[in-house]
Amino acid sequence: MNDSLFQIFIGAVLANNFVLAMFLGLCPFLGVSKKLDTAFPMGCATTFVMFVASLCAFAVNKILVSSGLEFLRLISYIVIIASAVQLVEMVTKKYSPTLFRALGIYLPLITTNCAVLGVALFQTSRQYDFLQSVVFSLGGGLGFMLAIVLMASVRERLRLSKIPDLAEGTALALMLAGILSLIFMGFAGMGN
Amino acid sequence: MTQQNQNSLSDSQTMEIPEQKSASPTTMIKALGLVSTICGIIIVSAYQMTLSSVEENKRIATERSIYKVIPNAKKIEEFLVETSPNKQSQDKTIISKTQFDLQNQNQNQQNQNQQNSTSFDEKFFAAYDENNKFLGVAMEGSARGYGDVVRLMFAFEPSCECFTAMSVVAMRETPGIGDKITKDKAFLENFKALSAKLNEQKNALQNEIRTVKNGQKQNAWEIDAIAGATITSRAVGVAVNEAAKNILPTLMQSQNLEKLQKLQTSNDNEKQNKE
Amino acid sequence: MENLQEQKSKSQQLEELLEGIWKQNPIFVMALGMCPTLAVTVSAINSLAMGLATTFVLISSCLLISIFRNIIPKEVRIAVYILIIATFVTTVDYAIQAISLTLYDALGAFIQLIVVNCIILGRAEAHASKNTPYIAVLNAVGMSIGFTFALFCIGAVREILGAGSLFGISLFGENFQPWVVMLLPPGGFIVLGCWLLFFSYLAKRRMQKLQELEKAKSKSKFKK
Repeated sequence: MNDSLFQIFIGAVLANNFVLAMFLGLCPFLGVSKKLDTAFPMGCATTFVMFVASLCAFAVNKILVSSGLEFLRLISYIVIIASAVQLVEMVTKKYSPTLFRALGIYLPLITTNCAVLGVALFQTSRQYDFLQSVVFSLGGGLGFMLAIVLMASVRERLRLSKIPDLAEGTALALMLAGILSLIFMGFAGMGN
Repeated sequence: MTQQNQNSLSDSQTMEIPEQKSASPTTMIKALGLVSTICGIIIVSAYQMTLSSVEENKRIATERSIYKVIPNAKKIEEFLVETSPNKQSQDKTIISKTQFDLQNQNQNQQNQNQQNSTSFDEKFFAAYDENNKFLGVAMEGSARGYGDVVRLMFAFEPSCECFTAMSVVAMRETPGIGDKITKDKAFLENFKALSAKLNEQKNALQNEIRTVKNGQKQNAWEIDAIAGATITSRAVGVAVNEAAKNILPTLMQSQNLEKLQKLQTSNDNEKQNKE
Repeated sequence: MENLQEQKSKSQQLEELLEGIWKQNPIFVMALGMCPTLAVTVSAINSLAMGLATTFVLISSCLLISIFRNIIPKEVRIAVYILIIATFVTTVDYAIQAISLTLYDALGAFIQLIVVNCIILGRAEAHASKNTPYIAVLNAVGMSIGFTFALFCIGAVREILGAGSLFGISLFGENFQPWVVMLLPPGGFIVLGCWLLFFSYLAKRRMQKLQELEKAKSKSKFKK
């Protein structure tokens, strides 16, 4: 792929936002976006895991391709991601126990976050080189954080308004996501 | 997994298996080993069983798209293009895939330790009719469109130094908007004689192929975008330009063009190797 | 004690099968497995294909995990589940490539993303690791049917509104102006949101009816 670094970055954050355009990372997006104070650290943790996973995935892919073991790709990526999440857990526990407790069960859930695996898979299928992969993963993480923070801000405000019981919860979140996605469609083609 | 996780889950587990001592490392390793072995066997067998069908499918898909851009083609030969970074265009060669594979086989058999500084990273397909007459060249191009990557096949004729057709191999553009590139007649007209002349030194395109706004095409190397589908149209332009840049400077060298004129059958290959 | 628990009655077995379809529908009720749901449901065919692929992975993984449930030590169970699930996902990935390259291109990377589909890991953890293979498979089948059904609902609506066709067969003729946004990401979110609204409405009505029945019963008891 011959996209420039700028194109890749803007693409990942805005035009092809991981959550709102590519549907990756929806479970945490809908689950953790109720409060801004949990949404923001979640975004940061996910970005970090994406970054680490992307680097390792790039290296592992090179090894697998050169030894003809491409069918082990999926398994190796998942193992890398699980390990990266373990690493982040240990680091958070050591340096900020309050944050660790606040994130609670959502930290290990980053393992099943489609966005992290998605970064690894997309950078492989688009055959990005090292620098492109780094920019792609950072952009993706930033895009995810942007989306989740936006969502959390809106949902916090909504708690003060009257909503019919029927629409409470996930249905409302999805409608919101739809509107956000519509807005981000305006960025389409940016940087192309 | 965190302490919270394990605590909440082990509560529900104690009901069924009341006495489960904490497993020793050996048990864990044995369990992991057993599972890994079984998984390994499943994956490898699945891979082996499907390999030939997958290769066949890919070959059929490629051939289908080549026949779409070069309708009279009856036989197709894949050629690899040299992309060694330190060489000038005049010195780069093309080689048919069958010959390339044969050479590699021979090298492996003789265990030669030749320093292979030549890399062949690009490819195209030469098409011939039933009388083995050379019809033209088909090459793939891809670029990011509105959705994901758009993959295309272009037909190029060395005699007119222009592209003669375009067809879509795979795309996920918006239906009704981006997918017009397959149907819009005016857009497809762009590709009937899309000029891709090389400069005098024959090492680059004289004019880069680009997509221009609908109605503003003035030169033979420009593509008129589809009104309202600019992003996808631009992707097509980028794709064909990249393909041209990577392949044409090497392809259009006279020594390479000569190689294309005759379809090399397997008999020819054997003769060459004996020589 | 294990035997008693594991010999579930016929009606309980049926319950295991059916709960995944309606009461505990993975998408409409439990709201799991969203990522592939919205991404591939741009047409009815793609939805069914994704549903089938996930079905294969869910049933095979639950089966294998249930068979090994007494051997897998507690500490490494998540790693083992993921390993097994990833294996079957890789298998189905190659299978789809071998069957139809067009379908594979349409579904894209989301086939491999089945491995992080919360439904499968959740089922493995909550159910397959605690039940016999037969029960586990029954439940997995129910969940799969529910999942595929949900995917189909979303995909069909998006295709009908966004392209005026179903399974590629045009429904409304030439003059139909399709609501293209339904095929784009926002449409996915909104259609799913609407279905969830519908289901929560149905659930609410059922609750109301049950409450009314309860009231009637208690009134009649009182009278007696």
